[in-house]
Amino acid sequence: MTAAFVAGADVPLKRRLKRAERTRQFRALGLVLPLLAFLLFTFVVPLAGMIWKSVDDWEVPQVMPQTVAALGHWNGQGLPDEAAFAALAADIRTAREAGTLAVAAKRLNYVVNGFRTTLLSTGRKLKEQPAPGTAKDTMIEIAPAWGERESWTAIKSASGPVTSYYLLAAVDLTRNPDGAIVQSPADQAIYRDVFIRTFTIGFGVTALCLLLGFPVAYLLANLPTGRSNLLMIFVLLPFWTSLLVRTCAWIVILQSEGIVNGSLQWLGVIDEPLRLIYNRFGVYMAMTHVLLPFMILPLYSVMRGISPAYMRAAASLGAPPATAFLRIYLPQTIPGIGAGCLLVFILAIGYYITPALVGGAADQMISSFIAFYTTETVNWGLASALGAVLLLSTVVLALLYGKLALGRQTTGGLKN
Amino acid sequence: MDGGMIATTDTLVRFSGVQKTYDGEHLVVKSLDLDIRKGEFLTLLGPSGSGKTTTLMMLAGFEVPTQGDIFIGDRPIKNTPPHKRDIGMVFQNYALFPHLTIEENVAFPLSVRGISKAEIKERVAAALDMIKLGTLAGRRPGQLSGGQQQRVALARALVFNPALVLMDEPLGALDKRLREHMQLEIKRLHETMGLTVVYVTHDQGEALTMSDRIAVFNDGIVQQIDRPDALYERPVNSFVANFIGENNVLTGVVENIEQGWARVALDAGGSVVAQAVNIGGAGNRTSLSLRPERVAIETGDSGDTAVNRLPATLTDLIYLGDHTLAVLNTPANPEFMVKLPAGSYAGLAPGQDVYIAFRPEDCRALDPV
Repeated sequence: MTAAFVAGADVPLKRRLKRAERTRQFRALGLVLPLLAFLLFTFVVPLAGMIWKSVDDWEVPQVMPQTVAALGHWNGQGLPDEAAFAALAADIRTAREAGTLAVAAKRLNYVVNGFRTTLLSTGRKLKEQPAPGTAKDTMIEIAPAWGERESWTAIKSASGPVTSYYLLAAVDLTRNPDGAIVQSPADQAIYRDVFIRTFTIGFGVTALCLLLGFPVAYLLANLPTGRSNLLMIFVLLPFWTSLLVRTCAWIVILQSEGIVNGSLQWLGVIDEPLRLIYNRFGVYMAMTHVLLPFMILPLYSVMRGISPAYMRAAASLGAPPATAFLRIYLPQTIPGIGAGCLLVFILAIGYYITPALVGGAADQMISSFIAFYTTETVNWGLASALGAVLLLSTVVLALLYGKLALGRQTTGGLKN
Repeated sequence: MDGGMIATTDTLVRFSGVQKTYDGEHLVVKSLDLDIRKGEFLTLLGPSGSGKTTTLMMLAGFEVPTQGDIFIGDRPIKNTPPHKRDIGMVFQNYALFPHLTIEENVAFPLSVRGISKAEIKERVAAALDMIKLGTLAGRRPGQLSGGQQQRVALARALVFNPALVLMDEPLGALDKRLREHMQLEIKRLHETMGLTVVYVTHDQGEALTMSDRIAVFNDGIVQQIDRPDALYERPVNSFVANFIGENNVLTGVVENIEQGWARVALDAGGSVVAQAVNIGGAGNRTSLSLRPERVAIETGDSGDTAVNRLPATLTDLIYLGDHTLAVLNTPANPEFMVKLPAGSYAGLAPGQDVYIAFRPEDCRALDPV
């Protein structure tokens, strides 16, 4: 009876349901709209801008439009024709007057070391536009570099509108004058090491947090509510002080004249102060401390939901405590372990202040290089490219986690 | 008093002077001495907080007796951890491992015992067949209904052939129909597999249906341990009389006791003869216990002096299908209940003055409440 009714009224019923649901959907949308707009302007737009900056190549096309146009049909073999030299001379003179030559010089200097000098000195020495037909000779006379193919391929490679230069540089790759992708010269190839270091520190801190946080979360989840709330305050305490204060506290504690070294020396355990800070040890120590709550909280919330009856059931079925823990308890905490590790790892690989304050030169992570390029050398392209690579690896990890977490839930098929 | 319904009387488990306190001030279990026989279905019945679950937990090994010891066979088990006790347990909310399939759940007790893969497969298949859930072997517990989960929990607790099976209110979460069905299924498993079962419940109907013997707990003490029919027909104190089944209470003072029969002067006037069960001597206060189906309603004085007779006014007749419940107002008890067999209340109407009549052997003089 019911089935016949539903089947007969199928279409209108669906439409009615949709209409009824629509009001709810609008209300839900209204509730999230402010946050959505906030995120759009503070997160999505800057992020898109940053990614665009990592491929944007505006300097040379804007400063040297005629040269870019003249090089349009140069095949990259030998030197370009007379017209290109004339266009270059004209562009340099215009740009020098407009004061924009340095912008192009800086961009081209990334590709060929010393290009800045070539371009700026050419600008100084080029008093007037060379007579028709003599541009090539004049230019090479002013700066011999104009007689080298490499200078011209540099301009052509930087003639926009987009470039892979920054992204390649961020992973220690570059293009040779023929346009093929090759390893960067050894003195410039540092980012792969920095990324490896960043991920090593990230994994290390995550492992330490898991190792230290798991027992604490277990304790918190299994204590009576009153005492677990008290302990929880201690876990959350670090959140109430600023990151900077906490990091500086570590400097006070760990430095050569600090509390730890002072006590150890006083006790006669050591003669010389141990080097506990401005090295990798200090970085691990301080970052683990700062990030520990991000591990404990997800673990705690998952463990809180695991009934003690499971461990009892396992024991009554004959499992010794270790077996019961490994086969019954631990697998049920995996969602918490996954969430905690992901959270800590993603936060850790973005760390900047802590390694900058308590680490040595060889402990700086990728963020400090990004900061260096944005604030010191104003190389937005490379800073953005490094950021994009970091973002990409984070997204890949998050997706991997999602796939694993989702895979666990759906194994065994859906109900009915 | 002890029931002799089961053939074997070998003692499997013995509680010897067991006490338990959690806070050091208040005893949850006060001096428990209890024998559990091999092959019997023993139910621990009592209101919440009576100590029945604590007793079960001490037997399972999750709680340690503060005083005394528990023996399985001749072996004291106070210091034996739960996983070495060889006791299967079914928990209140089943406690099926949510991350394992039904098959893996049932295989768990076998695999922790290092049994070969082939044998595990065989025994798990047999266990799942026994509970008729072989087709759901690959499902997770969350995908099963409450009744199905219950059966899996049973299979898991039985698959390793434990010496003893404990059940802690296993049917509490099921609806009435399913609960009744599962009661019969557990009973069937108990009989066909020759299990020794210790079952905890606060539902007296469940206890009466399933048990060989019932231990009634109250206030940390076993009030009475007996066969279901004996508990109902011959309660030894007022708590048991009131806790098991319907009970009418009349209060009074003992006048004299002769050869097991007590004459009791009711507080509301009149006197009756009752079986002296749990009273001191003459002059003591007592509560008389009367089962509603052991009382007759008489419209006139038949003059039979062999029965006790008290005047009453019929206040209500409630039709309940298989029987009719008469509610009467007597001076001694304003809500006296009488169960009338179906079709035997003709001629009665509310407001009518009648007599309630009962034989002395159906009226038990117990401790005052």
